[in-house]
Amino acid sequence: MSSLSRRRFLKITGATFGATVAASSLSGVVKGAEKVDEKTGKSVKGIQKIPTFCDICFWKCGAIAYVKDGELWKIEGNPDDPLSNGRLCPRGTGGVGAHYDESRLKAPLMRKGPRGKEEFVEVTWDEAFDFIAKKMKKIKADYGPESMALFSHGIGGAFLKHLMKAYGTPNLTAPSFAQCRGPREVGFDLTYGDVIGSPERTDIENTKCLVLLGSHLGENMHNTQVQEFSHAIEKGATIITVDPRFSVAAGKAKHYLPIKPGTDMALLLAWMNVIVAEKLYNKNFIDKNAFGFEQFEYEIAQYTPEWAYIETTIDPEVIRETAREMARYAPATIIHPGRHTTWYGDDAQRSRAVALLNALMGNWGKKGGLYNPYNLSIPRYPYPKYPKSEKGSADNPNHKYPFAEGEKLSTGLREATITGKPYPIKGWFVYGTNLTQALPNTQETIDAIQKLDLMVVVDVVPSEIAGWADVVLPESVYVERYDELNTPLFKESFVALRQPVVEAPNDQKPNWWMAKKIGEKLGLQKYFPWKNVEEYLDTRLKSAGLSLSELQKKGVIKGPKESIYLGENEEPEFYTPSGKIEFYSHKLKEAGFDPIPKYSKPEEPPAGYFRLLFGRAPIHTFSKTQSNRYLYDLMDENEVWLNADVAKRIGVKNGEYVKLKNQDGVVSNKVKIKATERIRTDCVYMVHGFGQRSKMYRQTFNKGASDAQLITKYKTDPLMGGTGMNVNFVTIDWEA
Amino acid sequence: MARYGMVIDTKKCVGCQDCVIACQAENNVPQGFCRDWITTESKGKFPTIEMEIRTERCNHCTDAPCVSCCPTGASHYHDVGGVILVNHDECIGCKACIASCPYDARYVHPEGYVDKCTFCIHRVEKGEDPACVSVCPTYCMHFGDLDDPNSDVSQLLKSRKYHSLIPEAGTKPNIFYLT
Amino acid sequence: MNEITTTRHNHMIDPSLTVWGWEIPVYLFLGGMVAGMMLISGYFLFKGRHKEDNCSCYYLPYMSIILLSLGMVALFLDLEHKLYVWRLYTTFQITSAMSWGSWILVLVYPILIVNIMMRPPKIVEEKLPILKEWKNKLLSHPLLIKNIGVLTMFFGAGIGLYTGVLLSSLGARPLWSSSILWLLFLISGLSGAAAFVHVIAKNVYERELLAKADNAFLIVELFVIALFLIGLKTATEVQANAADMLLFGDFASSFWVFVIGFGIIVPLIIQLLAVNHKIHHTPIAPIMVIIGGLILRFIIVAAGQYSHWYALN
Repeated sequence: MSSLSRRRFLKITGATFGATVAASSLSGVVKGAEKVDEKTGKSVKGIQKIPTFCDICFWKCGAIAYVKDGELWKIEGNPDDPLSNGRLCPRGTGGVGAHYDESRLKAPLMRKGPRGKEEFVEVTWDEAFDFIAKKMKKIKADYGPESMALFSHGIGGAFLKHLMKAYGTPNLTAPSFAQCRGPREVGFDLTYGDVIGSPERTDIENTKCLVLLGSHLGENMHNTQVQEFSHAIEKGATIITVDPRFSVAAGKAKHYLPIKPGTDMALLLAWMNVIVAEKLYNKNFIDKNAFGFEQFEYEIAQYTPEWAYIETTIDPEVIRETAREMARYAPATIIHPGRHTTWYGDDAQRSRAVALLNALMGNWGKKGGLYNPYNLSIPRYPYPKYPKSEKGSADNPNHKYPFAEGEKLSTGLREATITGKPYPIKGWFVYGTNLTQALPNTQETIDAIQKLDLMVVVDVVPSEIAGWADVVLPESVYVERYDELNTPLFKESFVALRQPVVEAPNDQKPNWWMAKKIGEKLGLQKYFPWKNVEEYLDTRLKSAGLSLSELQKKGVIKGPKESIYLGENEEPEFYTPSGKIEFYSHKLKEAGFDPIPKYSKPEEPPAGYFRLLFGRAPIHTFSKTQSNRYLYDLMDENEVWLNADVAKRIGVKNGEYVKLKNQDGVVSNKVKIKATERIRTDCVYMVHGFGQRSKMYRQTFNKGASDAQLITKYKTDPLMGGTGMNVNFVTIDWEA
Repeated sequence: MARYGMVIDTKKCVGCQDCVIACQAENNVPQGFCRDWITTESKGKFPTIEMEIRTERCNHCTDAPCVSCCPTGASHYHDVGGVILVNHDECIGCKACIASCPYDARYVHPEGYVDKCTFCIHRVEKGEDPACVSVCPTYCMHFGDLDDPNSDVSQLLKSRKYHSLIPEAGTKPNIFYLT
Repeated sequence: MNEITTTRHNHMIDPSLTVWGWEIPVYLFLGGMVAGMMLISGYFLFKGRHKEDNCSCYYLPYMSIILLSLGMVALFLDLEHKLYVWRLYTTFQITSAMSWGSWILVLVYPILIVNIMMRPPKIVEEKLPILKEWKNKLLSHPLLIKNIGVLTMFFGAGIGLYTGVLLSSLGARPLWSSSILWLLFLISGLSGAAAFVHVIAKNVYERELLAKADNAFLIVELFVIALFLIGLKTATEVQANAADMLLFGDFASSFWVFVIGFGIIVPLIIQLLAVNHKIHHTPIAPIMVIIGGLILRFIIVAAGQYSHWYALN
């Protein structure tokens, strides 16, 4: 017996000998921890520990769920898991609340009124699936399978993606590209030939200098990153934080640069100017690995700190000092690529500038820099080939955004749905993403939905987007289901299992079951040859020399160790046209873009208006956790940060409730003012995910204000279609 | 004689409230209440700001007014570590202890007795750290015996600058914040 | 600018302490009245006034026992864990003023009952003739009665001042952190009781005496309040801020108008005029004194809970 199962054996009292933990039996849909002992018929006493991985956000930290006397008690980190190191973030720790959430969707719902009115009637799963299958068959017959689109976010979407591919559509997207980290992946790909990925390949733990440009690590709670951030602080790393708001990360910084919003590119260019002018870069590294450095050197000379000062309001000496500081610790210096980088519409180029600055540090593949991640390869399930699509995807017609490679543009698909070009999109499947809060300009999302013949939403809570569906399918939460295996690219390789810990309280079902059932109704049985998900997982694991029963006990199995840093005499490889780091990009030039990043001035807010900035809180994940009782108890509404002097001048008090109005006249819900010194006078800030207008979602209805509602304007990045959203301005709505 | 206390590194604390939720889950704290919390203190004019983020809870003071004012002895020093505990079935709910605490660390449990942080004594007695210390993702919290010169907490106090909260209240708190 | 925010939002604790509502000020008021009545009644016994048939020392104990019981009901209502109230009486915690108080309160009952034995209710006396025997025994021992008077005064003082000691031992509330609080409560209780007995006393000498006594008490009370506030203002910053709450802040209007104005100064003037035979005695002044005493206690309890070592937004 492995040590984990032996411990469990001892914890369970004698009378419950027969109760084996988790689903070692390959029957049924969910098993999880035993509630009733098979032999005695009495409820199981004692504590059972079942490993799984968290789903409150997308980091997928390994966790151990504790079941006490048959009920879910608490969730802690799995010490064997390299992402959590045995400690979960506040949301993961509050994950128990997701299981006990009273707001949860309980049964499949079918719309009976007009879309968006939230008039639903409960139906059986069969009725729901029959309806969906019928519609999907009709769409396939009338328009072709490509006219179905899937918007999904999170590992739970994996089986639905498989279903859609089997059905024959290439239109599978997630907001995480065009609304989040797309620009930085493209910027880095153009420079290094590789992306940053998730978890980010930043060796923060060992870095000696961390530059955070608009990254609010500490409020942005990516578990491993925050843990490493703390280790870096412990080791005395220099932190340089650039943010219009004095964030928590700014509080940890040696240098805080209160940059004017929208001018980050100028700062980056000036930093590179200083490093090149003062020859602070590693000449050897650049000589060996840089392409187009001469042109770059020439171009960068104009971006002096004095020039940047006018744009950014950052003192030129501070720019010089911080640039020198970065160079001092190179190659153990990281200019963090950020995560949500869709800000002003030039975001891919800005990310490219970040990539170039990192290149000047020579930190590629170095300890304390950008390491080389690897993962454990578990072969895919041997499915038959997916049907090939002749039409191609609809999100990027004529390759308008030439560098949106590999991922589909969510907003592109939305536009195709509205315009019907290049071909109509008639059905949306939405999994775990609240599109009305995720995509900018909600009206366009609603316009698109109204064009659909079929709108299906799979969710755990009655989110805003679920209110717009024709069919709502209630999913079980992560502690109640199996999901696809997690094998991320990271500092170590491992495979992690999500398995059921407790039963779903109502008629909620896991996504794999939904996908299989719909697949069967669509006649796609050959793509779902496995009897149940355990068989699917076991097949995959067996082909890698592992087994499901082994993984069920441990939760995490590690792969062989590899080095994440370049060896002493190892030369890095760059999958770019030149085979080197592209300081000058021909690829960009040929596509009609700046080969070396250029600065463009941001728009000024109209008089009396402030730029709207938004971010995260460590207590919530976007708009999906607001009904979790642990989490809403600590934060049930957001606040709008306003500079204290400005507040005094315009006559609003700390704690007062106001409505915000944006440049297009859209008025928000009431929101509390936080009058503080900790923000510039020209912008306001709020945490994303509040102000929801789904009446079904009672706990969060109209609590706080929605930044997404106020984001009616967006600037699309011409390189990759990312939607820059920090381009809206708000003022206090005095009429309210 | 052991004297349990905590040392918290404010340079690392990000105020994420993981400690708050872990405590609530571990100790079945009733909805709407918390035994520990985050205090953020910032001084100065933008952009020259100094900020300290602290995770706070009952300080398990050595000279605790909540123990001396309790009319039934329900609020008492535990035999081990000087941890301050409340015997639920001796507490009458008079709330003198609540009024006596300069840190407002106590609250009235819906069942009627007064409740607060117990340093997770049920875990400490098994050799584990309190739930908040075990969960903290920035590893900023340290728990241990302040009277043992070789303990983690004692070593930290020897090597770093620190302060406690409202020392002038004279209660001799046993939680120290490294700066 | 100093900004402090907390995530704590415990019921009755945040944003400021409100654990003690109306029950405690009502008890403090009733306790203060009883303390004063016992001091007055005990004093009369000590002075041998029991020889006067209409001495108030014969009915004040009845009123005391009723008012005290009402006060203890208020205290009981304040408890959050009522079923365990008996725990107060399975121990004595020497450092806890509340433990002292809970024992004093029960010991007061036998004292009051002994007082009542000096003139038991007629109905009860008829049913239990032994009471008549004890009554006569008592009344024939003037020294015993003197001692009973002393004990009554002693325990009356005890009730009157232990609550002040209790509050001032809670150093976390800067408003109460004053070594003169016990005297304030005692003198306020005396003044309220004197006003009350002045109205209800059947004996003319007692009525006049208590009016004059009340005037003295009111004047002393003014000084005590002044010293209380001066003591706070000249102490630490948090104590000075606490005093400011009464002088200029959120509680200033109630304090100046109802406690100082209508609670002390106006009735004092009326009563001074009355004892100098410029105007007739009127019950209005004593009523104002009594209400002023009640409001004083409400303010001290509420403002005290509001005062704190540091202010949170």
